[in-house]
Amino acid sequence: MSIATSTPLKTANDALGIGHLVGRALIVLALLALIAAPLAVYPVFLIKILCFALFAAAFNLLVGYVGLLSFGHAAFFGGAAYITAHTVKEWGFTPELGILAGVAFAATLGLVMGFLAIRRQGIYFAMVTLALSQMVYFVFLQAPFTHSEDGIQSVPQGLLFGIIDLSKPLPLYYTVLGAFLLGMVLIWRVVNSPFGNILAAIRENEPRAISLGYEVNRYKLAAFVISAALAGLAGAVKAIAFQLASLVDVTWQMSGEVILMTLLGGIGTLLGPVVGAALVTAMEHYFAATSIPAPVLIGGCFVACVMLFRRGIVGEIRHRLKARSSR
Amino acid sequence: MTTLFGLPIQAISGQLLIGLINGSFYALLSLGLAIIFGLLRVINFAHGTQYMLGAVTAWLLLTVLNIGFWPSLVLAPLIVAVAGLLIERLFLRYLYGLDHLYSLLLTFGLALMIEGLMRDGFGAAGKPYSPPALLTGVVNLGFMILPIYRGFVVVASLIACLSVWLLIEKTKLGAYLRAATENSGLVQAFGVNVPKLLTFTYMLGAGLAALAGVLAAPIYQVSPLMGSNLIIIVFAVVVVGGMGSIMGAIVTGYALGLLEGLTKVFYPQASSIVIFVVMAIVLLVRPAGLFGREA
Repeated sequence: MSIATSTPLKTANDALGIGHLVGRALIVLALLALIAAPLAVYPVFLIKILCFALFAAAFNLLVGYVGLLSFGHAAFFGGAAYITAHTVKEWGFTPELGILAGVAFAATLGLVMGFLAIRRQGIYFAMVTLALSQMVYFVFLQAPFTHSEDGIQSVPQGLLFGIIDLSKPLPLYYTVLGAFLLGMVLIWRVVNSPFGNILAAIRENEPRAISLGYEVNRYKLAAFVISAALAGLAGAVKAIAFQLASLVDVTWQMSGEVILMTLLGGIGTLLGPVVGAALVTAMEHYFAATSIPAPVLIGGCFVACVMLFRRGIVGEIRHRLKARSSR
Repeated sequence: MTTLFGLPIQAISGQLLIGLINGSFYALLSLGLAIIFGLLRVINFAHGTQYMLGAVTAWLLLTVLNIGFWPSLVLAPLIVAVAGLLIERLFLRYLYGLDHLYSLLLTFGLALMIEGLMRDGFGAAGKPYSPPALLTGVVNLGFMILPIYRGFVVVASLIACLSVWLLIEKTKLGAYLRAATENSGLVQAFGVNVPKLLTFTYMLGAGLAALAGVLAAPIYQVSPLMGSNLIIIVFAVVVVGGMGSIMGAIVTGYALGLLEGLTKVFYPQASSIVIFVVMAIVLLVRPAGLFGREA
């Protein structure tokens, strides 16, 4: 009963979908590419991709490795952005403290929403998270400190740890990259820990996990909070990087967009959400110049993904490679 | 002036009427969602879109073909139901064997596409749609002034809800539907065409949403965005009511609409979130929903 086109429990490198050595080589290559990327691509665009990639990876932790489809992750992403922007701009927090405050808020909100949502399963879980995040949206819409439609603008970027000047594009890019890598490593650790194995067991067969004596709900809640905190990290970093926290990031359309990124890249694969986030962000960027409205594009991708390739891009590659190696 | 809890009774009854009207739409929409989910196991995210399409179709029928409200009340739901037939035949049909979440995501994608296209072609601004001449004007009920059309909406949606309830509980077709909900394999073995039944059910749900849309057209402005936030409220209504029972969906719809109206009187800031708060409380106290059984 999980949305992931799941295979039985696998070890660390299989989660990447590739063999041992090839996998490591690819990771090193990807790291080098990320470090060198600002030479070739506009850093602001890369920063946007990294923020969404972390957001999607956090969301994927829940849907891909626990089998819980949250339709309300924008509440953590956008909520943390508001808190970070407000604490930095109005209370004079340093960037690192502001980001910490945003993450703490997202984790707390995740604890509350998760506690309510895990009381229902499957399709209801999706509807409950959607409804709760809509409630969060209305609260932010009405709360005076968010300046409703205007959002919190011109958030000062300041000095990270008192030395790194975030108002310059390159230091900003490498800071965001650092936060992204931190999040990815954390997700990788969670997925490949005994804790992660129990999460996968819950995804594969919840009644059986219960019968083995696991407090399933505690594990689900813990995963929900971790996922929410990481989504918050993505939002908090985005608020600093773009000097803006706005309503767009709390809407259910944003929750939908992160689902699409993950679905397109491959649910339950470590790199899928990153690929998906890059593709969707790039697509929106290039189609913004054409007359095709963004929702039509996003919706069309959804329909295509669901009807044609439910494994996603990375999932499909993994599947092909596996089929070949088993021959 | 008569007052109740320090507020003029007109204000309270006015908001209650608005609540009752919203409740009528919640009831019609959650009823359709519950029927579709009951048989197809599909959460129809496009339900709000179908509601919007009902209103827009009625508006188009009026402005392009000069077809008035009364024929539209039948025509628009039929047209949207046919669109529903296409969705079921072209897409949903292939997803029945998979996890339910895929059909949710599919209908979500379709909803985004349709709304995006409509906004592109129709413009985001609301268009007025006047009620039929027969139903304009007001009656004075003594304690409040009731616009006739609003009274009509409440009555019409009650009739629609009850007819659907009768259709499902008291007719042969309804018996097939209920049986197929319990065990579709067995029903098919008895020679009932279950795939056709599934298509019909989806059309019925879509048609009900469109009917709500036509009824809503003269009250709210007709706009491509009128359904997109509504669907989330209806989801909350459905979680509160539990999707196990048709009557549960109807009763919960009206009750939450009224509650929302009351909140507007006493604490307006909370009126947009009160239904979600109720949902959270129900999840804490009775996770399966007020009328539901745990699936």
